[in-house]
Amino acid sequence: MVALLMHAAEQGLVYGIAALGVFISYRILRFPDLTVDGSFVTGAAIASSLVVLQGLDPVVALAVAFAVGSLAGVLTGLLNTRLGITDLLAGVLSMIMLYSINLRIMGRPNISLLRAETITRSITALFAPLGSAAVLVFLAGIVLFIKLVLDFFFKTEVGLALRATGDNEAMITAQGVNTKTMKVAGLALSNGLVALSGGLVAHYSGFADVGMGIGTIVTGLAAVILGGSLIRSRRVGWMTASVLLGSLIYRIAVMFALRYGYVIGFQASDLKLVTSLLVIVALVVPALRDRFVRRPKPC
Amino acid sequence: MLTLEGVRQVFRSGQDLVVALAGIDLVLDRGDFLTVIGSNGAGKTTLLHVIAGNLIPTSGRVLIDGEDVTATPAHRRARRIGRIVQDPLSGTAPTMTIAENLALASKRSKRSLAVALTRRRRREFAEVLRPLGMGLERRLDDPAFLLSGGERQALTVTMATLARPDILLLDEHTAALDPANARRIGELTEAFVERTGLTTLMVTHNMEQAIALGNRLVMMHKGRIVLELGGEKKRSTKVPELVSLFSHRHIADDELLLETAP
Repeated sequence: MVALLMHAAEQGLVYGIAALGVFISYRILRFPDLTVDGSFVTGAAIASSLVVLQGLDPVVALAVAFAVGSLAGVLTGLLNTRLGITDLLAGVLSMIMLYSINLRIMGRPNISLLRAETITRSITALFAPLGSAAVLVFLAGIVLFIKLVLDFFFKTEVGLALRATGDNEAMITAQGVNTKTMKVAGLALSNGLVALSGGLVAHYSGFADVGMGIGTIVTGLAAVILGGSLIRSRRVGWMTASVLLGSLIYRIAVMFALRYGYVIGFQASDLKLVTSLLVIVALVVPALRDRFVRRPKPC
Repeated sequence: MLTLEGVRQVFRSGQDLVVALAGIDLVLDRGDFLTVIGSNGAGKTTLLHVIAGNLIPTSGRVLIDGEDVTATPAHRRARRIGRIVQDPLSGTAPTMTIAENLALASKRSKRSLAVALTRRRRREFAEVLRPLGMGLERRLDDPAFLLSGGERQALTVTMATLARPDILLLDEHTAALDPANARRIGELTEAFVERTGLTTLMVTHNMEQAIALGNRLVMMHKGRIVLELGGEKKRSTKVPELVSLFSHRHIADDELLLETAP
């Protein structure tokens, strides 16, 4: 049981990075960005092929994964802001383009990392005294670092302008900010994180597969919405914390569903259906509450 | 300071062409305070859009300090132009705090990765808010959506003062407020303009206000300036006279929605 919970916590942390990416596009920029379903795989593809095929250091491979993921975000941003394609369609187009690109990167539909020098192996070797907790501690460290960097960034002048871009675009334009640039930059950051998450997932689970990104947007949203309903704060530090908490709870719930769900006839393949239903409920409930309970509208 | 030369703005609406501005010539000197009145659809708001850069005119030129900015995008003019519109929701970022909104406004040059809200800046912001007498200085960390319309508009005016623009555009910025708040925001704006000697252009439906504020007044109708009053002539004009000037020019048709009461 402890091993299972640890495993779920590790997953919650790795996927939590992708959830932070979704948080940036969906909550901060209010841009429903479907690119993530593709950029997650791009990260996994790059982080695995560079290690397996090129023999690169896993840390370098993950850094490249982040960078290329950012480029995917730039692509969506440019499609939207420069070519005037709507946000949803721009994301879908990038996602589909990435499917082909990901296959090109890997050269085949999947790559096994079973015999490769992955980040997880390096960490286990490096922090041997910690035993089986090494990976969990390492992931917690990385995730905390990313969270703190994001918290800091969103308090800087540029970070404030990025938040205002999603909050009141006309107003921040009148304050001299080019909102097109802000959207492109925000989507780059978002997809960079998603790709980094994808790369870590590949290293952690020992394989990269071209189909592994399906539903990244939905699981990301599940974490963002779940966390947001538990921690209702508008302070950035609490918001990023809520996303990570949401991701952890989601993964633990999934673990229980997979382990004990058979009692009610639940199969692993039902997961995406159930997750989507969860997101639908989480989106609809607040709207219904607003309709029936009169209270000041938090625009 | 601000020069408009033969500005025309034509919109396409299906098969029809709608002429919003039919050739506007206007010169504002530094420190001029111009009030603009006219019926709905006269082109007042379009005029402000053209000056702010939200619209590029179909023809004609816009010059600021002699520099042609006709095609300069809005965000690149923002450093020089402050703007407050009717809807109190539009001037602030709702989910961001009062202090964060002020920080956004007080920085119009290149934005860096420096922390936006230092302790010193928070103290400065509190000092700026105190004279409003609304207690906003104690609510620096409240998100803007918690503020009432009057409070939000007061915050918007304060944000405009922090940015120190050269030109201030006011688009019926007190129209959505209750009379007491409207008066308060009006006084606040006036004090700010007087203190800084800003070049100001104010659109209003309130004739009383149009006469009381500023040193120049223009009346627009169907995309043209049909009447201009300045200096002594403007000060001595009374509301009924202004209304009759409207009628005299055969433009007091059913579109006119003029408030003659204060």
